[in-house]
Amino acid sequence: MQPIKFSPTHRLQWEEAQQKYVILYPEGMVELNQSSAEILLCCDGNRNLAQIVNELEQKFATTGLTNDITAFLEVALQNGWIQQ
Amino acid sequence: MVGSNNNPDAKAFRITPPRWLLAELTYACPLQCPYCSNPVDYAKYPSELSTDDWKRVLTEARKMGAVQLGFSGGEPLTRKDLVELVKHARELGYYSNLITSGYGLTEEKIIQLKEAGLDHIQVSIQASTQELNDHIAGTTSFHHKKEVAHLVKKHGYPMVLCVVIHRENIHQMPQILAMAEELGADYLELANTQYYGWAHTNRDLLLPTKAQFEQAEQIAQAFKEKVAGKMKIYYVVPDYYEDRPKACMNGWGTTFLTIAPDGVALPCHSARDLPGLDCPNVNDYGIQEIWRDSKAFNFFRGFEWMKEPCRSCDEKEKDFGGCRCQAYLLTGDMYMADPVCSKSPEHAVIQQAIDSAGANASLATNEKPLVFRNSKNSKAMSLVDGKGV
Repeated sequence: MQPIKFSPTHRLQWEEAQQKYVILYPEGMVELNQSSAEILLCCDGNRNLAQIVNELEQKFATTGLTNDITAFLEVALQNGWIQQ
Repeated sequence: MVGSNNNPDAKAFRITPPRWLLAELTYACPLQCPYCSNPVDYAKYPSELSTDDWKRVLTEARKMGAVQLGFSGGEPLTRKDLVELVKHARELGYYSNLITSGYGLTEEKIIQLKEAGLDHIQVSIQASTQELNDHIAGTTSFHHKKEVAHLVKKHGYPMVLCVVIHRENIHQMPQILAMAEELGADYLELANTQYYGWAHTNRDLLLPTKAQFEQAEQIAQAFKEKVAGKMKIYYVVPDYYEDRPKACMNGWGTTFLTIAPDGVALPCHSARDLPGLDCPNVNDYGIQEIWRDSKAFNFFRGFEWMKEPCRSCDEKEKDFGGCRCQAYLLTGDMYMADPVCSKSPEHAVIQQAIDSAGANASLATNEKPLVFRNSKNSKAMSLVDGKGV
């Protein structure tokens, strides 16, 4: 599996005024909920899907996140937020 | 207190913080596009904020929550302090958009701006051919613009190509789309002309027919599907051919803050033409006070200001009655429903405008020439409205 990297032409940023992470791109902004932000923060170009799932399951002491994370990353890929 | 807030409803209305700051750094521009959105009498406002003033504006707006920042104008590249302002914006955490004609943009400057933290460059091209581009721009600029588009890509910026669509270039839609593909645009903004400012002055010569719009839209739609996943298309609709008005500015004083070159703060970039708003200047007041307390920013907040048919309309929370500037420009009453709306009692003015443009379609250019956007014409138009220069 290929490592997943956040897009170099988008910016993932914590917004203090909104108390949430946002994705910024030309003339636009997407507000993220906590779980979406957690997934994208893992997309650092070093980890692949299995490693991201493993990391988040450990971090939140849970299991069975594969489907949710895969579905979100597919959306992220379609929107150009991540690269594989 | 910035003026008196005479809209009691605005107080009850929850004031959201600004998200978008449009910094119109200057009205100076080497291009002369006849659809420019700057006020036709811009020559009356020659003063420009200093570098320190702009830095303070950026800092204060960011503190309130503004995150998208547009450096615009005029041509923002004519400001010698642009790199310094971009650097300041990056340190504050803005996402910075440079909205430029590309005129005068060198590779060296593109690199400097990148190092300073600029996030994206939007280059405007007027047409798909040199002859028409240079005619519309009033400047020899076509090949340089294409070169700039390549350099923007080369240096890792997302590349946004902006083409304003009107009667003189709408027939080039297929070639414009091919050009965007060839230049490797990541985003293509196809902006049907909005008829304010200079575009309003030239409307008879710029407004296409409905058939032309529909054909161009169909071509653009097919292209959008073809390039899905590779290029994003922002299509700005031609509101004269819609039944409902645009949700202008996402609602007055909710999201957008424009600062004009001379420091006047505007709820939308055309608002300085509206009477009695007393738009405040950042030289006199802080951004927070302007946004929350000023008469101008509270004027059309909420719904209490509305007349019928807007007041009892079940769509008012969707489109906020449309655009105040368009209502004023076309009906003389800024409280009126945007006449684009088919429910507006003044809706007939739109059909009159369309008919008038149609009647002018066959005129030769020497019978009714375009009024190009330049200082000479702006000075002349400042006199026309009786306010003097």
